[in-house]
Amino acid sequence: MILSQFIFVPLLAAFLIVLFARKKENFAAAIALAACAWILIVSFIAFFKLPSHGGMILNNTSGWKIPYTICLILDNLSSFMLIVVNLVAFLSAFYAIQYINHFTGKWNFFALFMLMLTGMNGVILTGDFFNLYVFMEISLFSAYALVAFGTESEELEAAFKYATMGAITSTMILFGIGILYSYTSTLTMADVGLQLRSGGTPKMIFLVYGLFIAGFGLKTALVPFHAWLPDAHPSAPAPISAMLSGVLIKTLGVYALVRIFFNVFGAPTVVLQILMLLGTLSIVIGGFLSIVQWDFKRLLGFSSVSQIGYVVIGFALGTPLGILGGILHLFYHAIFKSLLFLDSGAVEYATDTRDLRQLGGLSKELKVTSATNMVGTLSISGIPPFNGFFSKLIIIIACISAGQIVIGIIAALVSIVTLAYFLKVQKHAFYGKKGSAKVLEKVPFAMKTAMIILAALCLISSAIMIPSIRKNYLNPIVETVMGRTSYIDKVEPYLDNGSVK
Amino acid sequence: MQNNFPNEGMSVIVKTITRFTVWLIFLYGLYIVIHGHLSPGGGFAGGVIVALSYVHLTLAYGKNFVLERVDKFAMNSLEAIAAILIVLTGIVGLYITGYFFANFMGVGKLYTLLSAGYIPMLNIFICVKVGMGLYLVFYYLASFKPKEG
Repeated sequence: MILSQFIFVPLLAAFLIVLFARKKENFAAAIALAACAWILIVSFIAFFKLPSHGGMILNNTSGWKIPYTICLILDNLSSFMLIVVNLVAFLSAFYAIQYINHFTGKWNFFALFMLMLTGMNGVILTGDFFNLYVFMEISLFSAYALVAFGTESEELEAAFKYATMGAITSTMILFGIGILYSYTSTLTMADVGLQLRSGGTPKMIFLVYGLFIAGFGLKTALVPFHAWLPDAHPSAPAPISAMLSGVLIKTLGVYALVRIFFNVFGAPTVVLQILMLLGTLSIVIGGFLSIVQWDFKRLLGFSSVSQIGYVVIGFALGTPLGILGGILHLFYHAIFKSLLFLDSGAVEYATDTRDLRQLGGLSKELKVTSATNMVGTLSISGIPPFNGFFSKLIIIIACISAGQIVIGIIAALVSIVTLAYFLKVQKHAFYGKKGSAKVLEKVPFAMKTAMIILAALCLISSAIMIPSIRKNYLNPIVETVMGRTSYIDKVEPYLDNGSVK
Repeated sequence: MQNNFPNEGMSVIVKTITRFTVWLIFLYGLYIVIHGHLSPGGGFAGGVIVALSYVHLTLAYGKNFVLERVDKFAMNSLEAIAAILIVLTGIVGLYITGYFFANFMGVGKLYTLLSAGYIPMLNIFICVKVGMGLYLVFYYLASFKPKEG
């Protein structure tokens, strides 16, 4: 299994688009789609081949051995994340083929899209702290540019805000990595964990915890760090909003937090408690702020803050059931939130506005958009048999069985709030009285197809809950997170502990 | 060189001096790149210096003078080609040795100009990528006109 192809295929595609697609714009979509399809297929192959490799594939780069080189590590958690990211990326790219006709500079869009994908795949696969930082910056910088893609003043402001906050917290992360490096003299994650385990817990580690929680917390948009998200996500073009809300905050945020705090630091209780608090705050504040929004996409942005809180408390519980809930909600939220953002993009494409006060009665004219939006609404509010029900149920049960009854009740109540604000969308956009906005354009084929596939996935992905599938495919992922520093033990045989070559 | 925009840019003194210094800066950049594997510096630092020589020319003569001579499209393409070549170097390493970005060329004798395998080659690609990229950033910032009102 060549793991580097997850990185070089989109990277190559990005620069091929710049080279060839500037004059012939249709090439851009073709190259981007081909690259997305390739890595989507490869990520499925990797997921199903992984058990035969003993649950971990490690690729050293440049012919040296870790810790003297960068390694790419595929384990159960990262192969699962790859599928989530590349699935949403493929469907967003497919949707963008026709959506992006409203903008100029198609090739720019797809080149940046591919760079963002490169960064995310890199963050998921890397086993090296500094490499994690570099890939994170690659995807963030493309994200800043993509948020500003419309170049209206509002979009530029959102991008500037995002870039400033992102840069400050990235510096915090770099600072944390620097402290770890000065203490352990290594950047390989597993080796850092190994050194910390043998050297006891130094005091400086708490500073690193703080820096990482603030740094990755902003990327996750947990509540005190969430201010950029409701500006940045609505400003981006719809397929990018879907990518940002669907997978970027989970890859750079939740995945990085879980990988570092569970697998390297062994899930210290103090961090789990802080994450629990931040997660609960996110659920409540994100949920209530959504209700008062009138901008369709801004409402979805606040809803992302609320939903990411569920994912984080799932992981922060630290129990197998909680982690299962976190992983499931991460996957399901990627599907239904991308669907909802793509729907909002379709509404904006057709009516040229996303102000809910001007919309209304669209269900007759935009049938596919309205139907898929209904599926998304039911999923995100947790109505059975749609997927959101199962993940939320598991998280709430896990809260109660872990003794966090108050948080369980809050999670259940905010779920009703979620239903409330999505019913508001339904009433003001798709049903109810006809608004002042008229349908100017039909929603094209590629956009409809992407939305229908995602809506179908909202139902189909519930099938993961069938016990035999869950046992075979989800339990190994939960074990990877639950095993905490067993990640280090798995990487240890690959470490070269002799003298430098 | 004929100057079609004699009234743009800085004074005659600056322009005359620039004619001498721009080549020195450019050559110094190339020197840093070519000796990147032997002495401090390398593709990135050298690329920045190469871009600075263009910036120098633009400051002294005005942007139209430079743009008449260098093609923005060609610069963009060169940048993309350099990036593709960097990735391809990695893939060739993967194909030959089985490791991504492995040094697949002979390392040669230490301290000679032709040594260190593919590193001088990568330095040159990085120089093109960084030089063109940085100059384009400078150009786009220089040609940006904010909307009125």
